[in-house]
Amino acid sequence: MLAFALRRGLTLALTAWLASVVVFAALELVPGDPALMMLGVNAQPDTLAALRAQMGLDAPPLDRYLRWAGGLLRGDLGTSLTYARPVADLVAERLVVTLPLALLSLVMSTAAAIPLGLLAAARRGRGGDWAVLGFAQIGVALPSFWIAILLILVFSVGLGWFPAGGFPGWEAGVWPALRALILPALALAIPEAAILARVTRTALLDTLGEDHIRTARAKGVGRAAVLLGHALPNALLPVATVLGLQLSFLVAGAVVVENVFTLPGLGRLLYQAIGQRDVIVVQGVVLLLAVFVVLVNALVDIACAAADPRPRALS
Amino acid sequence: MTRRIPVSAVPAAVWAGAALVGLLLAVALLSLVWTPYPAEQVRVVARLRPPSAAHWLGTDHFGRDVASMLMVGARNSLAVAAAAVGLGLGLGVPLGLAAAALGRWGDELVARLGDLVFAFPAVLSAILLTAALGAGAVNVVVALGLFNAAVLARVTRGAALAVWRREFVRAALALGRGPLSVTLVHVLPNTLGVVVVQTTVLFAVAIVNEAALSYLGLGIQPPSPSWGKMLGDAQTHLFNAPLQAVFPGLAIALSVLGLTLLGDGLRDWLDPRHRSSGLL
Repeated sequence: MLAFALRRGLTLALTAWLASVVVFAALELVPGDPALMMLGVNAQPDTLAALRAQMGLDAPPLDRYLRWAGGLLRGDLGTSLTYARPVADLVAERLVVTLPLALLSLVMSTAAAIPLGLLAAARRGRGGDWAVLGFAQIGVALPSFWIAILLILVFSVGLGWFPAGGFPGWEAGVWPALRALILPALALAIPEAAILARVTRTALLDTLGEDHIRTARAKGVGRAAVLLGHALPNALLPVATVLGLQLSFLVAGAVVVENVFTLPGLGRLLYQAIGQRDVIVVQGVVLLLAVFVVLVNALVDIACAAADPRPRALS
Repeated sequence: MTRRIPVSAVPAAVWAGAALVGLLLAVALLSLVWTPYPAEQVRVVARLRPPSAAHWLGTDHFGRDVASMLMVGARNSLAVAAAAVGLGLGLGVPLGLAAAALGRWGDELVARLGDLVFAFPAVLSAILLTAALGAGAVNVVVALGLFNAAVLARVTRGAALAVWRREFVRAALALGRGPLSVTLVHVLPNTLGVVVVQTTVLFAVAIVNEAALSYLGLGIQPPSPSWGKMLGDAQTHLFNAPLQAVFPGLAIALSVLGLTLLGDGLRDWLDPRHRSSGLL
């Protein structure tokens, strides 16, 4: 197990390093001079030269990469050109929106998907099962940013229950802040719940076909007790695996949904940085999100290997 | 070696999916020769009109006919998705076949390349590329295409490895056929089923991602209509023209539903082990 975790850790480090090279190289392609873009075409040549030196643009690309990567290892993501503040500080400020948003949507999707999966498995081939499968098929087809707009239309414009956008900050109180996050989290949660409900159903049906379940039933254990006490714990491993893998889609979805609701999170920061051509912020945020995705995938692999040694033995 | 399957054995999901995808294709093709109005024609005096006999789905904030924009949007959306999937197929399938044929180091290369590409969800890599090169459909195609290539390389490699272990491949090798010949004559045709199923799924993902990027203003650029951009514009007029936010979203959802039904149905048809999890 330790060898597997170490090997996975090494792959993680290699991928994170390659991701840093890709992010740096991609933004090296930016046409034009970032210093000129910031100061405008009327800038004085000496001011321009000073800014270029301050931004390190006069150094060769390899030196700049090494300086940037060295900073990353110390937790320094560079300094934003637009905000004139460390990117790490900007990220920390935005995480207080993005992190609760992601967690809330995970809680919502799991809380809906597991009971729906249980219902479908318990009523296989009957009305409840078809209803859940119908929801799963349609839910997957709905883009989260369209759901977001529809939720605004119904619950903000129509009923006035929730704000249509913006975030008052946690200092305004837990409920006002949470209220601003409910609709965005729901928009992200609906497609996730559709996928998870289907996975839960399939995993439960697979487990229900196993010998230990038949034995439990033969010993007189009731249907509900078998489903909740025997089948569900065994079915949770594939559900957790898919949940982990879906996190990368959640990251991408959050970037768009935060913009639908003008939430000042990481996605909004990234979007604004593109508009402002703030290369340092784009580099920092994209790399951070990529490393997060890689880290989650590695943790899912290790957790699965710890819980079920069969695939590890095969590999 | 092919087996004939009676038409009655084709799952209902395939028919339902094919009908929706066929409708999408028909609308996109029709837009090449006819739309109710020119899709980019601005008539500010007729702005934000509700659906009527003259404008079946109403008009947008510039007075453009929404039905015509949706038709041209279907074409644009399909073109971007087809290009992104085509790029993915062109890069991913040969890479997956090569990895399976080359053995351990080829495998390792595809696995690491996949890890790297999967670190950047398609929308994120498209954002990175548009940040570098500017917004536009071509950059979206490249970003989504690279993501598709990684997925298809992995899927093709898995399917090809299974074929390489089969008796008829061993027989071909024993008869003196080289790895390239075996790959082209025996392995490729036997992996196509899996690739086709994955392609329909990736097509659906590409449509959603293109719409998301166009919503953010990073994809297809105005005045060319796109479903995502239409949704973005509609959001600013939710109070006085709420229906404008419904039609483009519905178009995206129906397209994705058609493709996922088609993909699920084809998978059930080609691999009956999956039959229990589909809707239809």
